[in-house]
Amino acid sequence: MENQQINSGNARVDYEYRRRRNAEEMRHQVISFAISIFLTLVAFGAVLAGFDKWFVIPFILLLAVVQVIFQLYYFMHMSNKGHEAPQLFIYGGVIVGFATLLCFLTIVWI
Amino acid sequence: MHVEEQFTPKTWPEAPEKATLEGKNKFLGFWFFLGGETVLFASFFATYLALKDKVPKQGDLVSTDLFELPLAFIMTMVLLTSSITSVYAMYHMKNYHFKKMQAWLLITVLLGLTFLGFEIYEFYHYTHGLGFGYTHSAFSSAFYTLVGFHGGHVVFGLGWITALMVRNSKRGLSLYNAPKFYIASLYWHFIDVVWVFIFTVVYLMGMV
Repeated sequence: MENQQINSGNARVDYEYRRRRNAEEMRHQVISFAISIFLTLVAFGAVLAGFDKWFVIPFILLLAVVQVIFQLYYFMHMSNKGHEAPQLFIYGGVIVGFATLLCFLTIVWI
Repeated sequence: MHVEEQFTPKTWPEAPEKATLEGKNKFLGFWFFLGGETVLFASFFATYLALKDKVPKQGDLVSTDLFELPLAFIMTMVLLTSSITSVYAMYHMKNYHFKKMQAWLLITVLLGLTFLGFEIYEFYHYTHGLGFGYTHSAFSSAFYTLVGFHGGHVVFGLGWITALMVRNSKRGLSLYNAPKFYIASLYWHFIDVVWVFIFTVVYLMGMV
């Protein structure tokens, strides 16, 4: 039972506390979903509006990064405790992936 | 806590996906795999960007001739929605509501199938309608490899979630299958993460 945190020593109180906390977490998830939809709409809108491409490309890439952070930290629970190893793995992957992108776009096939 | 122990909503542990050693190992191993997947997709994105609009002769099919924003928009919305429905499934898993979890997983699978249908239509339109096959140009190969590999992940994810739903339909929730459901939902979210970059880098940047 080492993973189960009994704070009050009273199973019923703990149960209600957990229920409330899960419901609150779900509310945060719905908010981050609404933000994701909003960011997607802004990205499509920016392309349809036909702004200069030197503005649009960095802008929509930034929106994508923000949206992915929401996905990772809320939908995939990386903001919860006990996610040190996932952070190491994902950021490790991101760094190697970034190096790959940089290499392909500057040295190979140009 | 034994894996086959019977639970009630009140005795169900706080983090059922990590309550057993097997669950903990799956959690670690799966995130390690996702780190590797990140590198895999990064190399496909790098290849696509390097070979974007590289065609054998002038006037050949390039990104602005192919992509249609309305279709990309619908596909994005369908996949984003399937992400929140699988979050709902995990919410009910944590509250020990097996039936509600199964129902939300079913909605997730149906949305995934809708997405897949749109993608098949899109590829069919490009190959048969426009003659833009896999070996047509360097651009077409890079495009189909990147987007098709993502579609392959969708197919695998759908098969995975469906298999879990069918296999555990009579068993109910236990510490044996809670990590399985949790990991499958993580995979589904990761598919969505990749799609966010695909719709931005391939479809939106292809139309700028």
